[in-house]
Amino acid sequence: MPYLWTHMMLEAIDLEQTYWSAGAPLTVLKHINLAIEPQAFVAIVGPSGSGKTTLLGLLAGLDAPTKGIVRLDGQNLADLSENARASVRATKVGFVFQTFQLIPTLTALENVLVPLELRGARTSASTPRARHWLDRVGLADRAHHYPAQLSGGEQQRVGLARAFAGEPKVLLADEPTGSLDAETGMRVIDLLIEINRDVRTTLVLVTHDPTLAARAQRVVRLAGGSIVADGPPDLG
Amino acid sequence: MNLLRFALVMAWRESRRARGRLILHVAAVSLGVGAVVAINSFGANVNRAVIHQARALLGADLELQAPEPLDSLAAMLDSARRAGAAVSRVTSFGSMVLALRTGRTRLVEIRAIEGQFPYYATITTAPPGLWPTLQTSRCALVDSAVLITLGARVGDTVAVGEARFPIAGAVTDAPGDVGLRTALGPRVFLPARYLASTELLGFGSRARYRVYLKFASDLEGQRFLATHRAALDAAGIGHRTVRDEEEDLNRALGTLARYLGLVALVALLLGALGVASAVRVFVRSKLSTAALLRCLGATERSVFAIYLAQAIAVGLIGASGGALLGVAAQTVLPAVARAFLPLEVTPALDGRVVLSGLALGVLTAVVSAFVPLLALRTATPLQALRRDQTGPTPGLRAGRLAAFAAVAGGVVVLSLWEAPRPGVGLGFAGGVGGAALLLWLTAVGLMNGLRRFLPATAPYVVRQGLANLFRPENQTVAVILSLGFGVCLLGTIYVVQRNLVAQFAPDTGPGRANLVLFDIEPDQRSDVVDFLSGHGVAPAGFIPVVPARITGVNGQPIAALRDSSRRGSFSRAALVREYRNTYRDSLVGGEEITAGQWWGPTGGLTRQGLGSSREPSEPMARISVDEDLAKALGLSVGSHVTWDVQGVTLESEVTSLRRVSWGRFQPNFFVVFEPGTLEDAPQTYASLVRVAAPSLRATLQRDLVVRFPNITCLDIALVEQSLDSVLTKVSTAIRFMALFSLASGVTILIGGLATSRLQRERETLLLRMLGASDVQIRSIVFMEYILWGSLAGAVGLLLAGAAGWGVVRFVLEMPFTLPWKALAAAGLGVAGLTTAVGWASSGDLLRKSPLAAWRALIE
Repeated sequence: MPYLWTHMMLEAIDLEQTYWSAGAPLTVLKHINLAIEPQAFVAIVGPSGSGKTTLLGLLAGLDAPTKGIVRLDGQNLADLSENARASVRATKVGFVFQTFQLIPTLTALENVLVPLELRGARTSASTPRARHWLDRVGLADRAHHYPAQLSGGEQQRVGLARAFAGEPKVLLADEPTGSLDAETGMRVIDLLIEINRDVRTTLVLVTHDPTLAARAQRVVRLAGGSIVADGPPDLG
Repeated sequence: MNLLRFALVMAWRESRRARGRLILHVAAVSLGVGAVVAINSFGANVNRAVIHQARALLGADLELQAPEPLDSLAAMLDSARRAGAAVSRVTSFGSMVLALRTGRTRLVEIRAIEGQFPYYATITTAPPGLWPTLQTSRCALVDSAVLITLGARVGDTVAVGEARFPIAGAVTDAPGDVGLRTALGPRVFLPARYLASTELLGFGSRARYRVYLKFASDLEGQRFLATHRAALDAAGIGHRTVRDEEEDLNRALGTLARYLGLVALVALLLGALGVASAVRVFVRSKLSTAALLRCLGATERSVFAIYLAQAIAVGLIGASGGALLGVAAQTVLPAVARAFLPLEVTPALDGRVVLSGLALGVLTAVVSAFVPLLALRTATPLQALRRDQTGPTPGLRAGRLAAFAAVAGGVVVLSLWEAPRPGVGLGFAGGVGGAALLLWLTAVGLMNGLRRFLPATAPYVVRQGLANLFRPENQTVAVILSLGFGVCLLGTIYVVQRNLVAQFAPDTGPGRANLVLFDIEPDQRSDVVDFLSGHGVAPAGFIPVVPARITGVNGQPIAALRDSSRRGSFSRAALVREYRNTYRDSLVGGEEITAGQWWGPTGGLTRQGLGSSREPSEPMARISVDEDLAKALGLSVGSHVTWDVQGVTLESEVTSLRRVSWGRFQPNFFVVFEPGTLEDAPQTYASLVRVAAPSLRATLQRDLVVRFPNITCLDIALVEQSLDSVLTKVSTAIRFMALFSLASGVTILIGGLATSRLQRERETLLLRMLGASDVQIRSIVFMEYILWGSLAGAVGLLLAGAAGWGVVRFVLEMPFTLPWKALAAAGLGVAGLTTAVGWASSGDLLRKSPLAAWRALIE
């Protein structure tokens, strides 16, 4: 049990999540125990409805768990208010979404600026950093384009720039290639893994795609709300 | 499956998930239809009441009236009596009365009754059954208000001129009585045979003499009028039949109902706006479903039919609710309007009104849904496969133009339908169009301006909030239009009311007179000065008042003019009335020359005075005429007017026209003669006095009545109170109708919030996932709403100022002042309220946990 004495970036202890739907409880996750080391690259896989998204959300502090503990960088998210969790997300968590989720009324550059500005940073101070990240994803020349003027692959690259611009400790990606064709998706993933290696972020990725999962260091398989397998990709 | 069945079934299934949201569209339609049904039912009920009650209101079959005793009619009335008619006489005039026990005084209207009048109604008294005692005993019956202001009770004695009458009881209800009646001039009824003993009907008294006739049959009445009409007209005696009464009432009340109808129409238009903006967003959310249906083989027409069926259903349900609301409201409306309605209006259901309300609601919903629904026709099957499409392509240009034309046409038709006159209807429609255009331009200008000049260096929340105002599917146009309209409507009502009050509220500043003494006879002048000095009041000047009648204009005798007045070129009333003229050498405050020249302070020329015979070379008496009267009589500078001054003929020439501020608390005159012309004519005097302390004012009035019973005294405080109560009561009715519009506006605001919230959920969620705090999210919303609210408020109030100006200046023809402080405060209020609503609603966006919202989004 190496994580007993190693500092863990993400920890879930006896995690359980229950929703009330039409007056009846619906347990989406139960008995989840998981520890993720700093700089690890973990893929969460499983069929639809197995609880992947909920687990990702709880690890990011998007909700308080019904039962159990979630620690992000040593901080128990269950103890925090929603606003305090929001500030944890703003400083320590980056997101990459399946449908990119760029703000349509903002340019590429402004979209990358959002996480920096939400922290209260001044626009003038943050702009060089946002430009740097756009350059890093190869879109320096598209800074002033609106999302609608970008292709799907380009939009997701802006999404990557936004996720990394905040220099998060944890990067959570939800089916990042789900809306892209195989080739574009592969290029985005290459970029993601490459940047992740450079900046040493902890990367947790939810996916259906076995080839994508195979590139992770570790695969956690969910079924019916419980972890059914947890190990290197070849075992997954 | 045929098209209709498919459309209906799909419309029903399709609405299942959206029925909660449809409630808002339904409410918008209901409020509009409710307002229209309420006001139109009210109009129908008033009409019915007029027909049933006109005879009771007149109290007889025929009324004859003139400003002098109708002694010349003796032979005519005798022949009527012989034919079986009953005749009554009523003489009325204003006078002071004094309650001997309490020593309090009040200016009242004296009505001396002789005969069985009224023939077709009962006058209720307390104690009951006293009305006939006026014919048998020496007593007075008074309006309840008289008892209150005099502090008197039944059995007390009142002094009327030189006579004394015991108060036998109070009149509690008389036909035609309006709630305001007693505020304006409470009445004291006396037996006519004791009228002479008051010694009040001397020279210069402003009495009205009326004769009431009840004929054995309608035919008899018609025959009487046919026989004597020419003679009555020649003698300048007014006549009025039940039919005249009916027509006048219908015209007056119909006009009132129709002006209120325009207010109701605004509520309906706001409802239409609510439907249109809600349907627009609704359609947007249905585009993918529509595209999918097309993929599965539905035709463009059947997809359109599905949603049109939903719009019709919304209209039908909304209109039904509105009809119920309207029927309920019209049970309240007569109570609200009671204060100024001389009729007993019983609420009744009018099938035609309800049906037309239903039709109106459905039509409104369908027409206003039509433009947004056109977007559905552009939903191609391909769109079902492409989830990332950015927005609907603009609809078919021709179709949209046609739909907009239908909307504009609808507004014009509805306005003409509700308006009292075509001109007013077109003006109203034009005003609505202009206001809508200005509000729309404001909204579009705001969006374009922000898009171009969005401050790049502003903090993120500010930029995001501002960007939301022009983002795709924004509600900026709908919110600014509806909010602006509502604000404009209520603001206009406020501006007009404030101007009315300001116009009529006498100037009470220090130094201003607050008592007017009328009917001072020439030889009483020095006594009055002594009397006033004795009460410590500075003796004031005397203003001469000379009664006269017009006998000819520009050499034409009045009889000829009367004939042409029937053809509408002259105002008959202006020709036959008695004028109370004055003479002076200078203009007074509130007067302004608008044409010609005022004579200088020193006459210089010797002009024709009264009693002297005029040489052809001698200039005529110069007169200055009020410009409105000049319009009514067709006079201009240089016109000649011939007067009968107490039996003496006097020629005059109009040398100037004046604008007179009639609201000023001072004796104002239609016609002013130059000095040196009327000094020898029989005349009375008026005098202005200022007595600051109310108690001293009461004492002075009491002593005045005792010492000079013929002198009438008008107390400004009473005038002010009466006007205030009149205006309050009238504006209550208007406000009641405006409530519908306000409710519509609120519905639209809520609808706008609901729809914009749906669009915003995704983005708010994203921001929250990225770590935005409550305060940041709320600040974004705050930016949006404060801009919406302040712009809509500012433009709405600007329009209200303009509309108020138009109404005051051109409909009421009064000088206009802009109550800008109150309007500015209202503008801030609107902005604050809108922001508060937005702030409160943003709480909803924050209630759900981000994870729950995210799951809902991706599942």
